[in-house]
Amino acid sequence: MRSTRRIAAFAALGLTLAACSSEAGNQAAEESSAAPTVAEDVDFPAGSTMAALNEAGTITVGTKYDQPGFGLLNPQSGDPEGFDVEIAKLIAAELGIAEDDITWTETVSANREPFIQNGQVDMVVATYTINDARKQVVDFAGPYYLAGQDIMVAEGNPEGIEGPDDLAGKTVCSVEGSTPAQNIRDNYPEAQLTTYDVYSKCADDLRNGNVQAVTTDNVILTGLVAGSDGAFELVGNPFTEEPYGIGLALGDTDFRNFVNDVLEEAFEDGRYADAWDRTAGSITGEEAPEPPAVDRY
Amino acid sequence: MQFLSDNSDLLWSAFLTTLSLAVVSGVCALVLGTVLAGMRVSPVPPLRGLATFYVEVFRNTPLTVVFFFLAFGIVEIDLQFPSRFITAVAALSLYTAAFVCEALRSGINAVPPGQAEAARALGLTFGQALRQVVLPQAFRTVVPPLGNVWIALAKNTSIAAGFAVTELTASLQRLANVNADQLLAVFAAVVAGYLVITLPSAWLIRVIENRVAIVR
Repeated sequence: MRSTRRIAAFAALGLTLAACSSEAGNQAAEESSAAPTVAEDVDFPAGSTMAALNEAGTITVGTKYDQPGFGLLNPQSGDPEGFDVEIAKLIAAELGIAEDDITWTETVSANREPFIQNGQVDMVVATYTINDARKQVVDFAGPYYLAGQDIMVAEGNPEGIEGPDDLAGKTVCSVEGSTPAQNIRDNYPEAQLTTYDVYSKCADDLRNGNVQAVTTDNVILTGLVAGSDGAFELVGNPFTEEPYGIGLALGDTDFRNFVNDVLEEAFEDGRYADAWDRTAGSITGEEAPEPPAVDRY
Repeated sequence: MQFLSDNSDLLWSAFLTTLSLAVVSGVCALVLGTVLAGMRVSPVPPLRGLATFYVEVFRNTPLTVVFFFLAFGIVEIDLQFPSRFITAVAALSLYTAAFVCEALRSGINAVPPGQAEAARALGLTFGQALRQVVLPQAFRTVVPPLGNVWIALAKNTSIAAGFAVTELTASLQRLANVNADQLLAVFAAVVAGYLVITLPSAWLIRVIENRVAIVR
């Protein structure tokens, strides 16, 4: 039963990662450079969301708990860790809220809009793609990161897949009901699509040769590659653009402008790159991406 | 209605996949379950032990685990089913056979022992007595429980959605993503697909039950 051992290995890996990252967290607490400096004498226009949050001294942030590198729950500390989490901490710090005073709430793809609309969260930083349909119900600050659909193949790329056009006649795996799967169906109908309910089954099928490629957002694939012990590799040629934004209540333009200002400052003064290096960058080994232009629509 | 006509191809093929999963697995499970029931009442201890072991293993294992084992587990011993549809049929058949066996065994136990004794006294072998005297009477009494097993099987086919078979539930996942504004219509279409299979089944089960009932 090799698969049992593999699961055990994964669990062990998870624990090790958790242990490592909590060490990083402790260091962050000791060295003031890692944790964002909390703004103290801040003055916000009376009646604004910023003033209300600063007054309350706490903010509720929705993020994902299952995305390695972006938002992954650390079972020991009970807090999520990742690039999205660091971005949220940056914004909270500028509001005069320390990271320990942030209330984290898990948001999944299906509940992000209702959580914002009902006021259950003050903002959502959760690999949240900005698109026109969502702009009808929530406001977006950012983008702060450009993800894209990419392809994962077995080590050494035996099929020579360099982009989506090379998928013609090949078997490719994704998750049923996801946007990447629909994109393959609509735009690359020559590819033979297999769909499971979770990406880990796609990874299993790639490992045992049932499919020749796996496709979804590069952010998710990166996590799978990192956990594969070198069995998989990323093609690294994103063919869609998924701008990740920060979801805010619809119509709160002052708060949106404030968050955009904070993002632009962080892009400039290196806090953005630093947040990347300590989270997603430490998994992929890649340098911080060039920050995208903030879209003040 | 626009939604239905736009997606009629997907819904129809998904419905046919669900139906064929249920029918093919149902036939396989009925055959395998009958053999197992015969083994469980046979006078040969190793056969009884084997069938009991089988029933306890499959009746007490979640169906998803059976699917997972057949889809990804047996690869480790270099076995693989030719397609994901056949993997699903195998998982559903193996799992459901355990329930068929137990339903049938209860029917066999309900046949008065005098029947089997008389058959053996007439010179029939154990196999002949089982096939020609006991099982025909047993099947008559277990129509309602077998009907339950069949309806459960028809709904259990939805597990295949998670294992690369595009049946009704998988089509629900796909359509719900693309038609987020028409979720109720998506649900209604998919539920209707299952009801088209299960409601006539329930009616048919009642008809068969009334027709074959024996008054004792």
